[in-house]
Amino acid sequence: MMVGREVILKVEKNIAKPGDEILRVENLKVRDTRGLETVRGINFHVRAGEILGIAGVQGNGQTELVEALTGLRSMVGGKMWFSGKDMTGRPPRPITETGMAHIPEDRQRHGLVLPYPVADNMILNTYYKRPYGVWGWMMPEAIDRNARKLIDDFDVRTPSPYVPVKKLSGGNQQKVIVARELSRGIKLLIANQPTRGLDVGSIEYIHKEIVAMRDRGIGVLLVSAELDEIMALSDRIAVMYRGQIVTTVDAAKVTREQLGLWMAGAHPEE
Amino acid sequence: MDWKRFGFIALIIAILFGTVVLVGHTASSPLVIITSMLATTIAVATPLTLGALSGIFCERAGVVNIGIEGMMLTAAFFGWLAAIYMSAILNISPLPCLFTGVAVGMLSGGLMALLHAVLSITFKVDQIIGGTVINILAVGITGFMNRQLFFEKNSIFGGSVPHAPGVLPRFSFPFLSDIPVFGRIFDQQLITWAAIILVIVVHFVLFKTRWGLRTRAVGEHPRAADTVGINVERTRYINVIIGGMLAGLGGAYFTIESVPSFEPLMTNGRGFIALAAMIFGNWTPFGAWSAALVFGAAQALQIKLQYFRDLIPPQLAFLQISYVVGLAPYILTMLILTGIIGKTVPPVADGQPYEK
Amino acid sequence: MQEKEGRKWWRNFAEDSISSILVPLLAVLTAVVIGGLVIALSGGNPFFAYAGLFEGAFGSQKALSETAVWATPYIFAGLAVALAFKGGLFNIGAEGQLAFGAVAGALIGYALPDWVGHDIPATLHVPLAVGAGVLAGTLWAAIPGMLKAYTGGHEVINTIMMNYIALNMTSFLLNGPMQDPVLTSVSSRTPPIAESAYIPQIFDGLRVHWGFVLALIMAVLVWLVLWKTTLGFEIRTVGSNPDAAKYAGINVKRTIILTMAFSGALAGLAGAIEVTGLNHRHELGFSIGYGFDAIAIALLGKTHPLGVVLAAFLFAAMRNGATRMQFLTQIPVDIISVIQALILVFIAADAIIRFIYRIRIKGERVVLTRGWGG
Repeated sequence: MMVGREVILKVEKNIAKPGDEILRVENLKVRDTRGLETVRGINFHVRAGEILGIAGVQGNGQTELVEALTGLRSMVGGKMWFSGKDMTGRPPRPITETGMAHIPEDRQRHGLVLPYPVADNMILNTYYKRPYGVWGWMMPEAIDRNARKLIDDFDVRTPSPYVPVKKLSGGNQQKVIVARELSRGIKLLIANQPTRGLDVGSIEYIHKEIVAMRDRGIGVLLVSAELDEIMALSDRIAVMYRGQIVTTVDAAKVTREQLGLWMAGAHPEE
Repeated sequence: MDWKRFGFIALIIAILFGTVVLVGHTASSPLVIITSMLATTIAVATPLTLGALSGIFCERAGVVNIGIEGMMLTAAFFGWLAAIYMSAILNISPLPCLFTGVAVGMLSGGLMALLHAVLSITFKVDQIIGGTVINILAVGITGFMNRQLFFEKNSIFGGSVPHAPGVLPRFSFPFLSDIPVFGRIFDQQLITWAAIILVIVVHFVLFKTRWGLRTRAVGEHPRAADTVGINVERTRYINVIIGGMLAGLGGAYFTIESVPSFEPLMTNGRGFIALAAMIFGNWTPFGAWSAALVFGAAQALQIKLQYFRDLIPPQLAFLQISYVVGLAPYILTMLILTGIIGKTVPPVADGQPYEK
Repeated sequence: MQEKEGRKWWRNFAEDSISSILVPLLAVLTAVVIGGLVIALSGGNPFFAYAGLFEGAFGSQKALSETAVWATPYIFAGLAVALAFKGGLFNIGAEGQLAFGAVAGALIGYALPDWVGHDIPATLHVPLAVGAGVLAGTLWAAIPGMLKAYTGGHEVINTIMMNYIALNMTSFLLNGPMQDPVLTSVSSRTPPIAESAYIPQIFDGLRVHWGFVLALIMAVLVWLVLWKTTLGFEIRTVGSNPDAAKYAGINVKRTIILTMAFSGALAGLAGAIEVTGLNHRHELGFSIGYGFDAIAIALLGKTHPLGVVLAAFLFAAMRNGATRMQFLTQIPVDIISVIQALILVFIAADAIIRFIYRIRIKGERVVLTRGWGG
């Protein structure tokens, strides 16, 4: 899809009004699939109504960090509190039910079941709850109503709710995930590389949705390797390098160049 | 091969050999029992070794082959068929007939492999389904032809099986076979010798030649192999067909080396056990061979216990039941696949069709 | 705009439906033609042979009844394999699960009245015998399911190994502890089951029994579970994309074990129904090949319950008609195995069929199994 105007990455947003702490992580350690410790003792917190951006060159432990926070990967050490509850090492379902939304890095691998219709992908992690699942039975009318509403609300371009999601464009596939994740009552949104590989229209749309979530009092943890994206959206920025957070700064008081140096391994005190 | 796995192999072999010695020690000396058990182990491990080598050839190039069982069965039938036809029609000495049988067996194994290659490489069929198709087809063809040719009233030999030209002769390794007692181990039939030589040859080809390097490149990273000018499809085709011929040689073992007759379904899961040996041996020829010897020992146990049947003490009466002892190789296979003795890693592109 | 796209989508749906029926039909047709060539080459007349086959399968009330009798275990076992495929698992072990289902059904069928010391009413005895078979099949399949879930041991090799173990163990049981004390020429078999454990026949004088109706009901049930329940949603999600299933909060390990257990239950049902509805005892060798036929049936039926029922009927008609064909034309019944294997070749590689008949419908490649790593 071509856009006939200047790309605006500068997102319009008001000053954040952060509320209570919603996510707290202490000394978190995670290993990757090969058994190497790629997250090596991380501490941070996210408050309601703010966007914490995690900046860093890809492969510095961001993937494993997000997988551990969402319950997809086990933790080796450390603690995690979500919404006031100790959720260390819990599986995805209780974490999701407590109010965490997750826009995964690899949308085709984790976020979608490609041969499934759009409607089924829109209830992928709520299928068992009323009104979609009642006494173990799927409720087609409720699933249909939900799909039509979300397709409308989030402007998903699809010929029908029953087209396999793999037939949709990348931007529309991501919108299916965004629609599903943002439409259920959530307290925290974890978005990992939410706009990678998308067209400009979709990027703008997703950026607006993320800021709208913040303004509604939802905490956002944004992980991105795109400096512009981090700078444009975040209220605070944590820089991740080799499995650790080297510094956390106020987004308004930092320059692109400084961030770039820290991401490349320069020490903040120097 | 790491120490953990080597230790496991040693332990299982010690248990299996120990059981036979325990049962048979009143009849003959432990040394004689161990020697004959070892000789039997090496012999019955032959189809497993060849099947595992077949699997290594295919999977190192990235093609999963669960059709080895079917390739073996086909080769066992057609190799045997060629041998008895030649013997009955030309009426010549058995040896040329048997060699022709082995050649036809390898050829028919190669043809079944060609079908697997067409299905899985050209048509990109799910490779496990493709292998299952080979297995079912092999049961169908051999069962049909066996009945059609030999057991029907209007069949060629009038409803009877002609006299087979016997089995392949033994070859005694010079000097080594002259050692008292232990010499028996070095007195084996020809396909058994061929299997041992092929273990060394396949190791050499895979790790010391250009072809081996190409094969491994295609199995690990086909796209990279393609960019440096290796023809992925051709490499896979050739490897799968060579693998089929190795499986064919393993099939010939059943009807030309072990016994001079064919029975439907006679391969009895050896092709699948060979795959387990390949996995346990981490896709290397020597590793697979040592695993094949473990399975061979489990099978030799059954053979030897039948021989010592009357000597089995009453407290070990369950060893008299061949059905129970016969479970050993199958249970061993499942145990090995659990990975408790250490997980092994398949070639990265194993089982994935290559899309340009 | 909306309408145009709507029609296009509808057209896609129609084309998909046609290709999903057309390709299997052409695969069967091609295999039958090649099978005819094989018959001709081995000195038979394919037209007489196929006429005999057809007559044997559909030529009379009795022939129809026998086809239904053959179809009964095929439907159960085909559903078992298809259900596992839906969950991303390849159950080659239907053979062994079926054998144990039959052994357990027979045991309860002949021994339970002795154990309790008096006759048991049929309303209790039949469900108990069939239930025992279901339980045996379930447990036997749950083992490779657990091995897959907890150790990653590949279910293909494990279910094959368990087939051989089951074969050895049933041989042991039928020649030892469970052997019929009345020795006849067929020695490897259990005593006959009590009449109270018989599943009744539907029509007088025909062998087709109520187990056949149960098979059809099971097909509907499997369809309902897979597409109308949250459990089915979980099974299909794990089968289509285990990573996304984990993301969705589904317990992947539990679902794998459950899928194998359900699959085994259906296979065990096949065995128990054969014993209680038809053979009225378990005999060694009766089940040889059911497991592999079931794979072919599941694939021919595109792993859909309705497709499985149709494919099971086709295979049943061939197996049943083959006896008549052999009687009339001396073509060995084993030709059916060749034709079935060919059908499977063409189903697996439907690109061949599309090529031969120049069908220009884009095929979707469905991932049914994964390599050793998964």
